[in-house]
Amino acid sequence: MGTKKIWSFMLLMLLALIVALAACSSEKETGGDKETSTDKENEGTTTEGATEETGEKVLIFGRGGDSVFLDPIAATDGESFKVTQNVFETLLNFGDEDTTINPGLAKEWEASEDGLTYTFKLQEGVKFHDDTDFNAEAVVKNFERWANGSEDKFPYYASMFGGFKADEGHVIESVTADGDYTVVFKLKRAQAPFLKNIAMSPFGIASPTAFEAAGDKFGDNPVGTGPFKFVEWKRNDSITIEKFDGYWVDGLPKLDKVVFRAIPDNSARLNELLAGGIDLADGVNPADGVTVEGDSNLQLFERPSMNVGYLGLTTTRPPFDNVKVRQAMNYAIDKQAIIDAFFEGRAQIAKNPMPPSISGYNDDIPGYEYDPAKAKALLAEAGFADGFEMELWAMPVPRPYMPDGAKVAEVIQKNLEDIGVKAKIVSYEWATYLEKARNGEADAFMLGWTGDNGDADNFIYVLLDQDNIGSNNYTYYSNDELHKILIEAQTEVDEEKRNDLYKQAQEIIFEDAPWVPLAHSTPLLAGKANITGFIPHPTGSDKLTNVDFK
Amino acid sequence: MLHYIGKRLLQLIPVLLGMTFLVFMIIRAIPGNPAQVILGQLASEEAIKALEIKLGLNNPWYTQYIDYLIGLFKGDLGESMRTVQPVSKEIWPYLAATFELAFFAILIAVIIGVNAGIISAWFQNSWFDYLAMVLALIGVSMPIFWLGLMEQWIFGIELQWLPTSGREDVRNPISSVTNLYVLDTIINGRFDQLGQVLKHLVLPGIALATIPMAIIARMTRSSMLEVMRADYIRTARAKGQKMFWVVYKHALKNAIIPVLTVIGLQMGLLLGGAILTETIFSWPGIGRYIYDAIQFRDYPVIQSGILIVAFIFVMINLFVDILYGLIDPRIKYD
Repeated sequence: MGTKKIWSFMLLMLLALIVALAACSSEKETGGDKETSTDKENEGTTTEGATEETGEKVLIFGRGGDSVFLDPIAATDGESFKVTQNVFETLLNFGDEDTTINPGLAKEWEASEDGLTYTFKLQEGVKFHDDTDFNAEAVVKNFERWANGSEDKFPYYASMFGGFKADEGHVIESVTADGDYTVVFKLKRAQAPFLKNIAMSPFGIASPTAFEAAGDKFGDNPVGTGPFKFVEWKRNDSITIEKFDGYWVDGLPKLDKVVFRAIPDNSARLNELLAGGIDLADGVNPADGVTVEGDSNLQLFERPSMNVGYLGLTTTRPPFDNVKVRQAMNYAIDKQAIIDAFFEGRAQIAKNPMPPSISGYNDDIPGYEYDPAKAKALLAEAGFADGFEMELWAMPVPRPYMPDGAKVAEVIQKNLEDIGVKAKIVSYEWATYLEKARNGEADAFMLGWTGDNGDADNFIYVLLDQDNIGSNNYTYYSNDELHKILIEAQTEVDEEKRNDLYKQAQEIIFEDAPWVPLAHSTPLLAGKANITGFIPHPTGSDKLTNVDFK
Repeated sequence: MLHYIGKRLLQLIPVLLGMTFLVFMIIRAIPGNPAQVILGQLASEEAIKALEIKLGLNNPWYTQYIDYLIGLFKGDLGESMRTVQPVSKEIWPYLAATFELAFFAILIAVIIGVNAGIISAWFQNSWFDYLAMVLALIGVSMPIFWLGLMEQWIFGIELQWLPTSGREDVRNPISSVTNLYVLDTIINGRFDQLGQVLKHLVLPGIALATIPMAIIARMTRSSMLEVMRADYIRTARAKGQKMFWVVYKHALKNAIIPVLTVIGLQMGLLLGGAILTETIFSWPGIGRYIYDAIQFRDYPVIQSGILIVAFIFVMINLFVDILYGLIDPRIKYD
């Protein structure tokens, strides 16, 4: 068995390999004589090779997950809204980069003094993708459909408007058409964030003809008034939407087609962008921001922050039932170090439970500085001069507000060790983690929140009010005074007074320290350098109407 | 033979039944409430209770299990709690995607693995043998995640030869008929896209093939070594037969049986265990489908998904057992 024979065998293997590869490269040849073959095919299909030949502008948007529903009212996940935001339109819009209220399908609106009646004047000449007319009747029918639903069908309707038609807490008394282009909402009680709620993606107005015909299957073929109409959904793979020629704003949208592709792994998604398979990548790791900035073919987009990452302290579990211990935890943790190391500096130190972009933010709160000595002194005062042992729960999944839970937990563990507290890091699979934390089984746990509608209520009330213990108030924190303020703020229509109430609320929370607020992060996106007009929205659902290629 | 197949199919029933029970119990033992997950973080307590009733989650476990079994016998795999679609309707595209990828991967693994094993055995202790076995060792121990990202970097970004993710060129998509895209392009007569689809298969195919390839190579080698020491090989060679002939006909025929077992097992594993590959290459397959279902505690999808994968796994092994008899008629079925 000489070397000669091995060589001849290697040659044989090489031959086999070449044959195999020929299968791959022959595509190139078929690509070469594609003209002839596609010409024949073109008779039967329409889109064939359109990209190269007609210069169609197609944007491929890579993101972390697939949509769950394409009927926006059924969805709760951000990935669903990324698509529906472009197929449907809401009565009111958020600002390009914030959550101020702007005209949408309603061009004007008016609220009564007592905040109980809202009158919307609608845009005229708007059509749904199925050629149905958009008018007051359509709006009424949409709200009727939602109000007659149930929480498992239309979850956001219930949480934003206090339940459904028959429920006592239901905020909306009636929605009626006054002529063809005026809609009147009557509320049972004032709801301060009402307009912000109306502007949220789930409340996109759907074609009544389409949803009446499709029933439960409406999500398979969604029809709205948006700049793009739905084409195809290959589950867990891609969703295609294309330009709606009858869009009511002239000259828009600028793109012919958008394909949303689900690419779950962050690094793989960036790889795909670098390889040219996608044009825009959502969810770029903070650590990869520098790579993108250093590449002249790419540009980095920063999404305005509307989130908070925090360490929750379960206030019913000793020793965290002692406010001094909680304050000591706040002094003990070096937030800046965490942000520098794991957010690559692309985050802001949090001192309140909501980000500064939300109106009502209290900038006068001093925040707890990193001061281990003070922490130790507080612990001694609380009777824990020798420290104590605790469990520290680390998030098992990366989230925009917490890129790497395990690593951050290690830093916190070290910080706590410095003040004599021995923390054991534990972690569970995500759904288990949430369930156990919700049950109050954690001493201290990492978590976060991304706002839905840019309202203070959506942060403070949802996360820290006693009403939400067992729901989103995972720390079991309860304060009657705070509760009173938050309830008052929910019906206060005067913006100034309302902001004052939230400022007071933040003072109380600062003193009681149920959390160690850590960071408000800036989520990153990356795109090809020739993309123009893309403005990432803080809510996470971006309108692609103005996006174009240079 | 038919008798044997019938018996094996009958044996399947208790195996799959046991499987349903195990999966059913295990997924309910892990904490996490589907109603809660479906309704999201803002859901009220009452809504969660109401949905639990609607989904039958508050029934005792045995009622739920019996309902599930009754459904199964009627051919009803249940309805996904998350997407509210029947699992039987939803599952095929995922299954097809994985099947296509797994088939491609096993093809690579068998062609390269078996040949490398044979050559290594033939030229035992040569440099090729050492190299192949070292590579095989690296192959089994290589983290797929790392390998996948490296492949993307080298062949996708640096060389720009191959697409790094997905199943097709989304700028020029094909309409799916069978959801086996290679087949679909042929059915639709879109041969320009056939090339694209094959290209998309290469990187994930190689990533998925690495471990089985290494295992098959090692198995083939040791099996061949054993056979080649046998008397009849020596006789064949003494008769002056060409070494190539001896190795590929006489020796391989006897050595291939244990290798077949390994191939069958690997094929089964690929079907269910391709999650990592599917994640890195964003391949919309069954592994990710079940993985996502677990994240969302989507019980019907987890149950039925695992059941179907298990069923295919068992069927492949049955097929392998039948192949034994075709290759070596001395193997009796009883």
